[in-house]
Amino acid sequence: MAQDGYRKPLPTPSPESKRYWDGCHNHELWIPFCRNCQKFYFYPRDFCPACFGWDIEWRKASGRGRVYTYAIQHRAWHPGWQDEVPYVTALVQLEEGPRLYTNLIGVDPDPAHVHCDMPVEVTFEDITEDVSLPKFRPV
Amino acid sequence: MTPTDRDKAALYKRVAIVGADESDEIGIVPQKSTLQLHAEAARNALEDAGIALSEVDGIFSAGSAGWSPTLQIAEYLGIQPKYTDSTSVGGSSFVIDVEHAAAAIATGLIDVALITHGESGASGGRRGGSARPALDVQHPSAQFEMPYHVGGAPTHYAMACMRHMYQYGTTHEQLAEIAVATRKWAMLNPKAMMRDPITIDDVLSSRWIAYPFHLLDCCLVTDAGGAVVVVSAERAKDCKKPPVWVLGSGEATTHQTITNMPDLTTTPAAISGPRAFAMAGVRHEDIDVVEVYDSFTYTALVTLEALGFCKPGEGGAFVSGQRTAPGGDFPLNTNGGGLSYTHPGMYGMFLLIEATRQLRNECGDRQVPNAKLACVNGTGGTLSSTGTLILGAD
Ligand SMILES: [Zn+2]
Repeated sequence: MAQDGYRKPLPTPSPESKRYWDGCHNHELWIPFCRNCQKFYFYPRDFCPACFGWDIEWRKASGRGRVYTYAIQHRAWHPGWQDEVPYVTALVQLEEGPRLYTNLIGVDPDPAHVHCDMPVEVTFEDITEDVSLPKFRPV
Repeated sequence: MTPTDRDKAALYKRVAIVGADESDEIGIVPQKSTLQLHAEAARNALEDAGIALSEVDGIFSAGSAGWSPTLQIAEYLGIQPKYTDSTSVGGSSFVIDVEHAAAAIATGLIDVALITHGESGASGGRRGGSARPALDVQHPSAQFEMPYHVGGAPTHYAMACMRHMYQYGTTHEQLAEIAVATRKWAMLNPKAMMRDPITIDDVLSSRWIAYPFHLLDCCLVTDAGGAVVVVSAERAKDCKKPPVWVLGSGEATTHQTITNMPDLTTTPAAISGPRAFAMAGVRHEDIDVVEVYDSFTYTALVTLEALGFCKPGEGGAFVSGQRTAPGGDFPLNTNGGGLSYTHPGMYGMFLLIEATRQLRNECGDRQVPNAKLACVNGTGGTLSSTGTLILGAD
């Protein structure tokens, strides 16, 4: 379901991140994996930033993780968020290891309800016909 | 990181800061362009040193002057330097520039380095356009962060602070101690913008900007220029004022985007700090005055930990009881800091100016008695980069 008049910044996929955004569009979280390190990494590049090895593949992530940290945004620094403050920004550490910058949804933007290390899972918001944004909600 | 003998020998006392000053006006200065702020500060710092602009053979700057700050500033000042450095790693750049200038001077490439800064953080937005280059939409922060939030420093530093609070139990009250102590220093500095006293309760009752930061946990947004002059030990003998020696320096970067910061509860000062201390051959307890970037109360707190003045997680207890205020036993950010004196967007330059003045005994009511050794630490980006300096007076 595309929303008319989406006013926030849209991601512009790069050649190396297209697989990630394609995955999101299908409501699946695909992230790159280094065959040498046997570890996931993020953000997408054609090589692994831990070993500079170029032998990589894409794997589907579980979509589960924990809130590594968060902040509650009380100011709309951009007109797109004018009607939504306060809202929660977070770094979610995936079960697979990498961290994603995201928003927590489905939870009160209140430190009584949000805390570090709380378990969360991915959910996808279809913000245009072509773009779906992964966000996270409490499990 | 274990410092090597080479680190220790590299730049110890090879160069000195011999001139330092702000632009004629700092604070809210809409009537001056950023380049005017650069030029006024350059003139004032060179006068302070007793050195003519024609002697400057190396120019250093960052941000706020287009895609190549040093090209623009050199042209504007009317000089043709044989060495330029536009290192752009955020507000720490100017502190790092001192190490870069020292390296250029120590190898004999130049004799007189001029580092300038001018930024209209408060007034620039109203002019239209931007002093900083636009972001490539495919870059990582544009793709993976900005769809979730646009707003920069307060957001990202708030997330780092939150993890520190969670992991170590650091409290809002402990963070507020820094805001209150820093304001007390500002009250002693005629050039500081915010000079009314505040209490811990004032900080805690100020509005939320980005939880866990209240308004008074956040630095000012001002217009200001500043400049310092760095010269060889030889040239320093013949300046107006006694030299402020660069005894040790260190530089470190660990990431750009907050998402990719390895450990949100420390800073790269944990790398640059030990190197600077080792080069200078001094211990923490030898330091008389400390000037660290306080973009937020948390930035100052975590920097003290990263530099090793206290252990990781102990910063909250360390700053409690107004220990960093005038009269306390740990003089910190004695000009009133980015929190209460000035902060045009990148603040590193003003750490250098204040440390120089303290070591020259020029600070009047806020002078730390008999200050001989200063530790300076600039932090840039999203806790991404640091420059640490140990400065000393004879
Ligand atoms: Zn690898």
